[in-house]
Amino acid sequence: MSAETGPSEAELEERRRKAQRARSVAIGLALAAFVIILYVATWAKLGAGVLMRDL
Amino acid sequence: MAEMTGHSATGRVTKGEAAVSTALPSDYFELLKPRVMTLVVFTAIAGLVIAPGHLHPVLALIAILCIAVGAGASGALNMWYDADIDAVMTRTRSRPIPSGRVTRDEALAFGLTLAFFAVFVLGFLVNWLSAGLLAFTIFFYAVIYSMWLKRSTPQNIVIGGAAGAFPPMIGWAAVTGTVTLESLVLFAIIFIWTPPHFWALALFKSGDYEKVGVPMMPNVAGNRSTQNQILAYSLVLAPVGVLPWLMGFAGTAYGVVSIAAGLGFVWLALRCWQMPSDDKAMLPAKKLFAYSILYLFVLFGALILEAALPGLAALVMGVAS
Repeated sequence: MSAETGPSEAELEERRRKAQRARSVAIGLALAAFVIILYVATWAKLGAGVLMRDL
Repeated sequence: MAEMTGHSATGRVTKGEAAVSTALPSDYFELLKPRVMTLVVFTAIAGLVIAPGHLHPVLALIAILCIAVGAGASGALNMWYDADIDAVMTRTRSRPIPSGRVTRDEALAFGLTLAFFAVFVLGFLVNWLSAGLLAFTIFFYAVIYSMWLKRSTPQNIVIGGAAGAFPPMIGWAAVTGTVTLESLVLFAIIFIWTPPHFWALALFKSGDYEKVGVPMMPNVAGNRSTQNQILAYSLVLAPVGVLPWLMGFAGTAYGVVSIAAGLGFVWLALRCWQMPSDDKAMLPAKKLFAYSILYLFVLFGALILEAALPGLAALVMGVAS
């Protein structure tokens, strides 16, 4: 009786690889969104004043 | 290398000592309790829209995003702590941690990271009062409610309900930088709404809670006492729901809607109260639970519409002329 219930080693490795890539893409998108949010928020808060500051 | 690689029953691939996750982004998204988040976002928008004052639309969107992420972080931390009982209850056993898709450590790290970013972004970009309230809300839900109250007292959701009641207050504070009587009334509506909402659910899910030893009101005080308390809270909720109109920070349309919705709530609570406490189907409790969600959406939806419609109408007229 050699009834295999779970996925094979190769299938799991493939799932792991795909999941890791999907997580990497999600983290990349979240970081990009974070940068855009900070950029837009800076303009919203300071407007043209972003260029007017004492040096 | 192959001899070092194996896999567990949960689908996690292991290499030597380390386990490599097969969790997808959607599993992490599920940790955020998106359905709860919807209600949080909705009530926060209401607080933000009706608050006197002006907040730049971009900053308003960021405030809503931060509140949503903060609420999601609370959900992840709650799932991290409650993984043991989630695995037993039918309603929760397919969640990412009990089903083995995400580990507890991963959920904890995810929740803490999101909480940190949500609070600090809100603080730096909007104001620190709203950020402080958000931080307190996350702490209240994850520590006071999940870790302490939930497993120790049948008053768990009465006190814990405060966590769900803070979002409109955070939205209000994001605009005004203050906590006022008006924002406390918005808080009170959700705070008083929570017990009848959850106890209606607990009536027909009491077996689940009993199995894991969570002292929900029906398991501790019995169905009859729970039904009495549901009715009592509903009788308080209906007039409190009308307060925004009576106090003048909502209009007549809200007043009419809140009176009608409140009467509906009391009517269904009365039906629930009349239900035999050993009723098998518990239909009146199920109806009250479903209606309670609608009630909150209708009340806060009316607040949003009433505040936003004049501006939208002016915009449309301006474009048309």
